[in-house]
Amino acid sequence: MSIDLTDEVVGFSAQEPVISARDVRVWYGTTKGAIRAVDGVSFDLAPGETLGLVGESGCGKSTLGRGLMGLLPEGAKRDGEVLFRGRDIFSLSPKAAYQLRGRELGMIFQEPLTRLNPLMRISQHFEETIKQHEPDLSKDEIRNRALEVLRLMGIPPTRYRSYPHEFSGGMRQRLMIALTLVLRPAFVVADEPTTALDVLVEAQIVQILNDLRRNFQTSLLLITHNVGIVAEACDRVAVMYAGRIVEQGSVADVFKNPQHPYTRELLRSTISLTTTGLNYIPGAPPDLIDPPDGCRFHPRCPDAMNVCAAKDPVNIARPGGGRVECWLVGPEEEIPSAGRQALEQEELTVVDEA
Amino acid sequence: MSTKPDTSSDTSSLVQVRDLSVHFALRGGSLARLFGRDTGTIKAVDGVNLELRPGEVVGLVGESGSGKSTLGRALLGLVPATQGSIHLRDQNVAELSRRRLREIRQVVQMVFQDPNAALNPSMQVEEAVGDALRVHGVRSTTERRTRVVEALERVGLSPVEHFLNKYPRDLSGGQKQRVVLARAIVLDPELLVADEPVSMLDMSVRAKILQLMLDLKNELGLTYVYITHDLATAKYFCDRIAIMYLGRVVEIGPAEEIFDHPRHPYTKALLAAIPEPDPDKMVPRDLPRGEIPDAAAPPLGCAFHPRCPEAVSGCGWESRDLRALVEQHWMRAGTAYDEEQDVIGDLDHLDTPATTATLGRGGSDRVRAVLDRIRAEDPHEPLWSGVTSIQPDGSGVTVRFQEADSPALRQAGGVDVACVLYPDSSSSPA
Repeated sequence: MSIDLTDEVVGFSAQEPVISARDVRVWYGTTKGAIRAVDGVSFDLAPGETLGLVGESGCGKSTLGRGLMGLLPEGAKRDGEVLFRGRDIFSLSPKAAYQLRGRELGMIFQEPLTRLNPLMRISQHFEETIKQHEPDLSKDEIRNRALEVLRLMGIPPTRYRSYPHEFSGGMRQRLMIALTLVLRPAFVVADEPTTALDVLVEAQIVQILNDLRRNFQTSLLLITHNVGIVAEACDRVAVMYAGRIVEQGSVADVFKNPQHPYTRELLRSTISLTTTGLNYIPGAPPDLIDPPDGCRFHPRCPDAMNVCAAKDPVNIARPGGGRVECWLVGPEEEIPSAGRQALEQEELTVVDEA
Repeated sequence: MSTKPDTSSDTSSLVQVRDLSVHFALRGGSLARLFGRDTGTIKAVDGVNLELRPGEVVGLVGESGSGKSTLGRALLGLVPATQGSIHLRDQNVAELSRRRLREIRQVVQMVFQDPNAALNPSMQVEEAVGDALRVHGVRSTTERRTRVVEALERVGLSPVEHFLNKYPRDLSGGQKQRVVLARAIVLDPELLVADEPVSMLDMSVRAKILQLMLDLKNELGLTYVYITHDLATAKYFCDRIAIMYLGRVVEIGPAEEIFDHPRHPYTKALLAAIPEPDPDKMVPRDLPRGEIPDAAAPPLGCAFHPRCPEAVSGCGWESRDLRALVEQHWMRAGTAYDEEQDVIGDLDHLDTPATTATLGRGGSDRVRAVLDRIRAEDPHEPLWSGVTSIQPDGSGVTVRFQEADSPALRQAGGVDVACVLYPDSSSSPA
């Protein structure tokens, strides 16, 4: 299956994408069967663009991020095609993939303290990282490059020879980002980079991520469950549910006119300062060993129709740009005659709660 | 209902916290202990006054390290009070024996942040909820069962039979937090201290658990202390809010007033930092820099001044602020870090808090020149207004700062604020 995504978003379509993912699948083998954590995902990322990936826990966001990096645990398999500057990174040899990681593909993790070596100075972290990929650089050149990145991250040069424990939580996360960016990768996956941080520190990190495209021309896939952060730092958003991207488009348009009921409900259930009522999505994301037939969201969807339980939704162009897969949007001609009638759903109780 | 702070009549209050401090001694290394060196204390809670009226929801809001959780735990006697009193009606929780504290917990219960850690993995739901009853002397198994079933129904875990024999690992995050809530209400308490009850949950169920807590409050006439770092949920949930920073309450008042007219710069910052799911509303870029400082050596003067975007001369500037300013200067592009570092020398000695700071090794004129360059970069930096003199001292200079005390809570509008920008209003009643 190939999907044409070239009409994606005005303004970015002219540039050659850095990352072009087509029909990506990742599954984990278990004794009960295969968990299809990512099940046919396609997207493009232009140079310097930030794509936010949102959804509830258990929708496959982190698996997709790690799958792209080739950092899946044993027992996991991946399929599909991911073109990085025209080269399929899924079919690279392990050695070639290893050389690409770090230098071209970077990753920022959630818990910085577990990723820094407590016995190594920050300077040694930078020396190790840079030497691995550019063995000819002198110590002075390494220092200059590291100090330059640290400066952009708001870490003073006087701290270059400190140990990880001498830094606060927010500083450690900035160190991690600096260690990722010092190699100037073209594409970075950031997996919930602010989850463990306080509000004010979170805002600082989000601003740093927001400045990435200006300072480093890096394309970023930002995985988060916080739609506020997506609104703050992303150009485009992809909403993931049960292993599929159900809607993607520009942040401005998707948040103003969500086409998929899941996007709409996810936005409505977010508690922000402008919240006037408490809303929630009943039920929980499905078991990905045996997901529901038709649209995977239909058991929880307030707008479900008969067709939603019977036929898989079709991935179509989204009014306002982007892609969406929901029968409410169409295509009209593929909906059977009685398909538009409201679906009789089982009531969701606390037993099914997330 | 009048929400004006009223300190004279406490007959109607459920809990009256007076001048409460909880300090933890730092143990330090074995050498420090051997030589009896003072290794310092952490003032987790430092002189807090708080009143809870029946049926009220009071929010304790602040970043991690602000002392909000310690204050919440002190209400149950889970941490010893160093100073002050916590009166639950006519009993002082701070002075009770362990046995009497256990009795208190029939009245005050706690809901913890992480439901995975709060539930014993080897206890089924019935045992987990019923255990509280057993501890408090309900011997009859049939009575325990009736009350457990009732509590589970109240928190929405129905059909109850489906859940009674479940282990925590069989439950989803939201369901687990419901079990924790059931365990908290099974003894029919009057006050629930809820420490970040929804922050570990998925966005899609947070609202549901908050709604449940509101329903429980109305049905059972509960009073809540809601501890959180998230002002958005606090806005929805609380009647009154206390903003905490480094062990002190810096602003306290009715929720509406705090959200409509935030006064303390810290409150303003917390509100501005919440990202709205609206691409047209951006978080401002002038947010406080840095992070909550080390509680073992809090900043002199107002504890928030090193991060404060509205700081003035009398906020308590000191040696560590000077260090931060010099380091910030070196982070700017195009500064001659290596040469200037040579003139300024080591900065580590500035970490000892003091209102006089001596620095530099390259000659007082050259050090002075570096400082002037830093000042020229941002002449409006409030630190300079707090400097009383810069004098040559050997091969460097000595910078002296204006001394300042930590501001006390004072009335301003409908709230109490601890900030020098809000000096004592003469209209405050005796």
